Amino acid sequence: MRTEPPRTALLFGVLVLLLAAAVASLAVGTRTVPPAEVWRALTDAPPGDGTTLAHHLVIREVRLPRTVIGVLVGAALAVSGALMQTLTRNALAEPGVLGVTGGAGFAVTLGAVAGLAGSQAAQLGLATLGALLAALLVYAVGRASPLRLVLAGTALGFVLAGFSLALRMTLPDVFDTYRFWVVGSLAGREQVPYLLPLLVIVAGLAGALLAARPLQALGLGTEVARTLGSRVRRTRITVLVLITVLAGAATALAGPIAFLGLMVPHLARRLAGGSVRLLLGLCMVLGPLVLLTADVAARLLLPTGEVPVAVVTAFLGGPVLIWAVRRYGAVTL
Amino acid sequence: MKVEEKRAREDRAPEMGSPVVARPPLAVRIGPFSAAVERRGAVAAVVLAAVAAVLAFVGLCRGDAWDAPGEVIAALAGHGDAAFVVQEWRLPRVTAALAFGAALGAAGAVFQNLTRNPLGSPDVIGLDAGAYTGALVALTVLSGTSVQLAVGSVAGGLAAAVVVYLLSLGSGLGGLRLVVIGIAVNAMLTALNSWIVLRAELEVAMAAVGWSAGSLNGIGWEDLRLPLAILAALAVLLAALARPMHQVAVGDDLAVTSGVRLSGYRPLVVLAGVGCTATVTAVAGPVVFIALAAPQIGRRLAGAAGVPLLPAALTGAVLLLVADLTAQTVLAPVALPVGAVTTVVGGGYLLWLLVREVRR
Repeated sequence: MRTEPPRTALLFGVLVLLLAAAVASLAVGTRTVPPAEVWRALTDAPPGDGTTLAHHLVIREVRLPRTVIGVLVGAALAVSGALMQTLTRNALAEPGVLGVTGGAGFAVTLGAVAGLAGSQAAQLGLATLGALLAALLVYAVGRASPLRLVLAGTALGFVLAGFSLALRMTLPDVFDTYRFWVVGSLAGREQVPYLLPLLVIVAGLAGALLAARPLQALGLGTEVARTLGSRVRRTRITVLVLITVLAGAATALAGPIAFLGLMVPHLARRLAGGSVRLLLGLCMVLGPLVLLTADVAARLLLPTGEVPVAVVTAFLGGPVLIWAVRRYGAVTL
Repeated sequence: MKVEEKRAREDRAPEMGSPVVARPPLAVRIGPFSAAVERRGAVAAVVLAAVAAVLAFVGLCRGDAWDAPGEVIAALAGHGDAAFVVQEWRLPRVTAALAFGAALGAAGAVFQNLTRNPLGSPDVIGLDAGAYTGALVALTVLSGTSVQLAVGSVAGGLAAAVVVYLLSLGSGLGGLRLVVIGIAVNAMLTALNSWIVLRAELEVAMAAVGWSAGSLNGIGWEDLRLPLAILAALAVLLAALARPMHQVAVGDDLAVTSGVRLSGYRPLVVLAGVGCTATVTAVAGPVVFIALAAPQIGRRLAGAAGVPLLPAALTGAVLLLVADLTAQTVLAPVALPVGAVTTVVGGGYLLWLLVREVRR
């Protein structure tokens, strides 16, 4: 039996790292601003002088919203992945790899082409619906086998990618606006209204923490959970709803980002021991940490412009999938 | 339906002593050479070749306006107004579809035999993406001549094959584990490819983006000379390897006892398979699905026990021609890259494959 790591110290440590990543996300970019100036931009009233004003504007109007979106999207995807892995007891489960975020993105794209995705609420609804349909389809095809679920998700990804490409070629104008729903990115999302999805994510994260205890009981097996007084069916449905809402809202904000929900829960599980609640709590801090770091890297990888963050997470996440396959393979968690 | 009947018959045959007795293979003798030819396989090959020929002719007739068959035949002989269009535009494209489809089908058969897994095809396990990385490097770092593209893509494909192989060591070549590791490698390479494309200068990037979906648009004879020569050489190599390949597909032990040198055979057959995929990728970009589906469809049509090469290659040619005709026609006047069609159909096919496997 491993000794439990000191929880407060652990949470404190990762929070400090997250803070550093957030500062980097505010400071780094085409126009790199020193941290002290970042602090002044956030606290002081805008000054009159030219370059400083420009710095302050960039930080307040572009990088601050981007960082906030990054934090919540990262937390949502990581928690969604952790819930999925715990619910299905599948080490390879993840909303991106299993095609759930891809389905959400494609639903928003289709809605946009049909002229339905005008409002925030419509986008959110479409994304969640797409996520739900994709999850049900992939689960119906893949059943309980971890490896087969990955294959089903990949196959669904193939189909959706082909349709997206056909749409992009036929309707270049419509599609240009919705391009980030094909490859997830945090860039250019600050200008779009984002309040509703953010609130939904916050509610979803709170719901996940509340569902942690029954989910932990479920992890002991259906029979044991029943004996402990847990309502198995209700727990399962609640968790499925949480998974799709979190993945859908994250996709509505930033487009499909794969592998984040795979990497972070594995990392968090090493630190959390067996507690589901601590696992989810750690995911809420580590998810944003990884996503913000990847986003800062995405800004630095090109001399001009930036790489979509989903490209960076795919490159980081591939090795984690390989490790997880080799470590767990077809066995359940 | 035919396939299902056939499978039912196969399933029944051993224990019930089914009355269906396979007819003996046909003996073909040409001078000092002789070969045993399975009747059904031979019929399937002839039919597939005929279908491919008809589709190729349809492809030659297809333009913004359809040309009458008579005119096209005249144009092939060098007469009439359409001669230039048919000979210089449509003929290279149709040739490319035939040759590349056959190469992809054969490559798929090679890897499905090697991994003994219908999912272990080069497009699923990341070899296409690796070949594409190699081609992109040749295009952006070097000057991008067709020799560099060919060498770069073969090197990239081989490197991807080695990485996937090394990572799945200890879990056996077969099974889904290798496939999922291949999918992870594929995801990383795809990410790397999009980074290279974004980093490259704009004109190069534009060319590469159209190409990244896999496309036969705008292919001319000058793009085809080297690839066709390479594919012809690989076809000879594969024909020589066909017999040991089927021996190995039955089992390593059996292959060794029946005289196959595994250590010499494996690298050669991997080289031939990667060569086929990479040559196509260097010219047309990654075209998925053909390598995945053609060997399985061809195998059922030929009623063969293993995954034979010839039906796979012929089916591949037919599939790529159909996909290319569809891509040109379905959203006309927009000419889709053929990869868009094959991706959709391939994903659907993969899902169906999984559903069927679950039901069994």
